[in-house]
Amino acid sequence: MMAPPINDAGHPDVLVVGAGPAGLAAAVTARESGAQVVLVDDNPAAGGQIWRGGERAHTESRAARWFARFQGAGIRFLANSQVIAGVAASRTLLVEAPRGSLEIRFRSLILATGSRELFLPFPGWTLPGVMGAGGLQALVESGLPLKGKRVVVAGSGPLLLAVGANLRKAGAEVVLIAEQAPRATVARFALGLLARPSKLAQAAAFRLALAAIPYRHGCWIETAQGAGRLERVRIRQGRRIWTERCDYAAVAYGLYPNTELAALLGCRLDGVAVAVDEQQRSSLHYVYCAGECTGIGGAELSLLEGRIAGYSATGQPDRAKRLFGKRNQARRFASRLNAAFVLRGELRALPQADTLVCRCEDVAFAALKRSSSFRAAKLHTRCGMGPCQGRVCGPATEFLFGWKTDSIRPPLFPVCARSLVPDRSLSEDELTSV
Amino acid sequence: MPKQIAIEINGKAVQVAEGTSVAAAILSTGQMVFRSSITGEPRGPICGMGICFECRVTIDGRPQCRSCQIPVRPGMMVATT
Repeated sequence: MMAPPINDAGHPDVLVVGAGPAGLAAAVTARESGAQVVLVDDNPAAGGQIWRGGERAHTESRAARWFARFQGAGIRFLANSQVIAGVAASRTLLVEAPRGSLEIRFRSLILATGSRELFLPFPGWTLPGVMGAGGLQALVESGLPLKGKRVVVAGSGPLLLAVGANLRKAGAEVVLIAEQAPRATVARFALGLLARPSKLAQAAAFRLALAAIPYRHGCWIETAQGAGRLERVRIRQGRRIWTERCDYAAVAYGLYPNTELAALLGCRLDGVAVAVDEQQRSSLHYVYCAGECTGIGGAELSLLEGRIAGYSATGQPDRAKRLFGKRNQARRFASRLNAAFVLRGELRALPQADTLVCRCEDVAFAALKRSSSFRAAKLHTRCGMGPCQGRVCGPATEFLFGWKTDSIRPPLFPVCARSLVPDRSLSEDELTSV
Repeated sequence: MPKQIAIEINGKAVQVAEGTSVAAAILSTGQMVFRSSITGEPRGPICGMGICFECRVTIDGRPQCRSCQIPVRPGMMVATT
């Protein structure tokens, strides 16, 4: 399908933010339904984190099918561009693109902003070489060679197995996979997979790929050590404590929804995720949300939610409705998974007085302990006031102290002052027509 | 074999495959420290996806670039701190 010319000032019917599985499915569905669609993503290629690197890097059949539909659809794709502000009432987003910022207006907006990894502070976690599990994998997919490098994978959730298998395929010597959840809950979850043959096959494939790598339950990194960079980690499993030498530690304690843009626009949140109705509609009737910004659930659920949002946003509630059953089933699976990998209290005791919690402003645990809320901590210590704007320390302090991060302000990311005043419209030649 | 791109990292010539991110290129030279924190601690990337801002470097004279989100371009000059 040819992309129709964008209207006078380049404003689409449907604007989709985020080109991971949910955003791709939403954009393709809306476009195939006849809408003009602009898709914005801050990465160089479509695919999000799970299919990072786009169709060249991800040839598994499901990803390939979606990339093929995306390629032929006639969607306008604005890559390397991030939304820095937005005004819900005037249905406008301010987007910083490589050629400068611009305003994009829309009739309907679909937010598919995905999730980020949940990082928890422990002594030494700021040493270069300590990364997120998905973070290290993303770097590998962006060309980082790992041949001969020793890696400890730690944290929680099935992502650890996937990352372990992929890092090994990339040539890394994966020394250990440390899962903080106890064996019993992980085993109970694994039994539940018997009812889901596709998931079971996936899990079995990972186990096979990891055959010789120790996978320990109830096990976590207590400290990371090294002079100027990571050299070794101290591991605990029950009463046993030992040290592993490593070049990288890939550590993540799960995923956390990216709700900043939705919150800024005024969409109601439900806990840490954006609240949506059956049609994936947020509390603002022209803003739909799909994928992990509405709760952590994996690629299959994200694709279903994206399709539903694509139909809903183009006025086809009946077609959306046909997917509710499958989506609700995927949601039930996700909630079982999230329950199996709940974080243990011992992780709250890992930070010491001088362990940094806010990595942008270098605020230590002891300074934060004196505060009563995230807002108070911001005022007194500058915690959360640096360039990441609380995206790393916010969820960490929520886990450590039960704080809520409740003050989202534009710009959503640090930008050049120039970008705050858009002086141009979207032009045809900066869009990849796909 | 993917096309090789020539860039400079801290004044040293480096060849990396097309499509490689600047962050991956820096790490592949063995350089783990990308920047110095406000209290002078060495830091490198943690999130790999443009969220954490720990991988900031100077690219072609422009400071504060998130190196994990930027693919290498021929002749690019990269400086860590």
